Amino acid sequence: MSRVRVLVGTKKGAFILTADGKRQNWEVSGPHFAGWEMYHLKGSPVEPNRIYASQTSGWFGQIIQRSDDGGKTWHQPGTPPGEPTTTPDGMPKGESNKFVYDTSPQTGKPLTTHQWYDGTQHPWEFKRVWHLEPSLIDPDTVYAGVEDAALFRTVDGGQTWQELSGLRGHGSGPKWQPGAGGMCLHTILLDPSDPLRIFIAISAAGAFRTDDAGKTWRPINRGLKSEYIPDPNAEVGHCVHRIAMHRSRPGVLFMQKHWDVMRSDDAGESWQEVSGNLPTDFGFPIDVHAHEPDTIYVVPIKSDSEHYPPDGKLRVYRSRTGGHEWEALTKGLPQRNCYVNVLRDAMAVDSLDSCGVYFGTTGGQVYASLDAGDTWTPIVRDLPAVLSVEVQTLP
Amino acid sequence: MIRVVLPQHLRTLARVDGEVQLQVEGPVTQRSVLDALEARYPVLRGTIRDHVTQRRRPFVRFFACEQDLSHEPPDTPLPDAVASGAEPFLIVGAIAGG
Repeated sequence: MSRVRVLVGTKKGAFILTADGKRQNWEVSGPHFAGWEMYHLKGSPVEPNRIYASQTSGWFGQIIQRSDDGGKTWHQPGTPPGEPTTTPDGMPKGESNKFVYDTSPQTGKPLTTHQWYDGTQHPWEFKRVWHLEPSLIDPDTVYAGVEDAALFRTVDGGQTWQELSGLRGHGSGPKWQPGAGGMCLHTILLDPSDPLRIFIAISAAGAFRTDDAGKTWRPINRGLKSEYIPDPNAEVGHCVHRIAMHRSRPGVLFMQKHWDVMRSDDAGESWQEVSGNLPTDFGFPIDVHAHEPDTIYVVPIKSDSEHYPPDGKLRVYRSRTGGHEWEALTKGLPQRNCYVNVLRDAMAVDSLDSCGVYFGTTGGQVYASLDAGDTWTPIVRDLPAVLSVEVQTLP
Repeated sequence: MIRVVLPQHLRTLARVDGEVQLQVEGPVTQRSVLDALEARYPVLRGTIRDHVTQRRRPFVRFFACEQDLSHEPPDTPLPDAVASGAEPFLIVGAIAGG
C-alpha cells in the first residue's frame, strides 16, 4: 500500500508526518533541529528517502542537512570530522553550508547592488536558503533559491554549492527590491519535458526563465501589473509570491502575485489575470491538483499588511477551470476568529488516486484534505509557525 | 589545551556536550582558536565567522575572563588564562529574543 510523508518546516524545527495510503492515522516525528528555522525540506523524486533541508538562524547562518533514510537520521553533507578541510594545495574546501556568490572572472558576475526599501542601492548579502528543489533525474543535484536573490546548485549531494550567476548578473539587479520577507528567490520549477528549462521567481523582481540550464535568463513578466512600482508594467520589480505548474503541462503556469492570481499558457511569455471571484487578490501559496491540470488552489489573505483571512474565515479557494471561477472550500476549516496566514511554500499535494491537498499555517496547524479540497482535517494543531509543507507519495 | 564553550545550538550542530578542548599551535588568538575549532568541526564553518570575510557574525559575541573580546582584532593574543587552559573562551549567541 502507498504511504504519504509530509515534510513540515517551522520557525522552531522540522516535523515529519507519515501515514499509510488511507491517510487516517498520522505519526509525528520531531522536532528535528529544535529551535532552528527550517525554511524548507524536500525529497528527491528519484530517490525519495534522500531529503534535503534548509536549516537557518539569524545568529549562526545557513546549514544544509541531508537524510538518506527518509528523515530518520540527518547529517551535513560537507567534509566529515577528521578529514582535511583544505585541498592538497591549501585551498579551503567548499562546505555544505557555504553559499558564496560567484564573482570569478571565469564563471561569475560582479557583485552589484539592488534597490533597498527606501529606494537607495544596497549591496547583495547572502542571508539564507529559502527553497531547495532536487533534480527530477539525479539525486545528487539540487537547486537552492537564496536571499539575497540568487540560484545555487549542487551536483555532489549537497557537499558544495555553486551559484548559477547568470541570473543575478542579468543586468536588471539594481531594480530588484526586497519584499517584506526579504529579497528571496522562493520558487524553482524544473520543466519535466525539457531539462534545460527552469522557471524561478523572486520577491520583488518577478519571474525568470532559462532555456540553457541556468547559463542565461530572461524576465517573463509581460502582463503583470504592480501599481506600487513607478511603471506598473515594468520588465522587473513585480512581487511574485509563488508559481505552480502541472508536470503533464509545463507550459502552463499559475501565479499568486502580491496582488492578482495570474495564468500563462506560453511558458511565461505572457500572463493573464484569473482572479475572477476571489474575495481578495492577495495571498501566498498556489498549487495544482495532482491529476487535474486545470484544478488549482489558493488561500486568499486580506491585503498586504494584515496577512490573515478575510472575515476571520480560513478558506481555500479551488478553481476547476484553470482560474476565473473559484469556489470556497470551508468544510473542516475554522470559519470564525481565525487569523493565521499560509505562507508561500506551505501548500502541497500528494499523488494518490484521490488527490490529497495539504497546507500549514502560521498558527501551527497542518490541514489535510483527502478529497481534493472538499473536506479538511488537521493532522497536527499546535506546531510552531509553519514555513513550508512538502508531500511525498511513497510506494 | 584551549577550552572553548559553544552556544547550545552549535553544540548540537557539532554533536558535542560541554566544553570543547583544542590543541592550538603558536600564538593563542581568536583567529587561531577559531581556525582550530573549525578544523575539528567543519560544520561550524560559517556559523561563527563569515565564510568569505572571516568577520564575526553580528549576533555572535566572544568573552573570556569576564571581558568582552568581541571587538578585539582577531590576531590579538587572548588572555594568558585562556592560553593556559585555566579559563574557557566563550562563544555566545547574543540575547535578542525569538
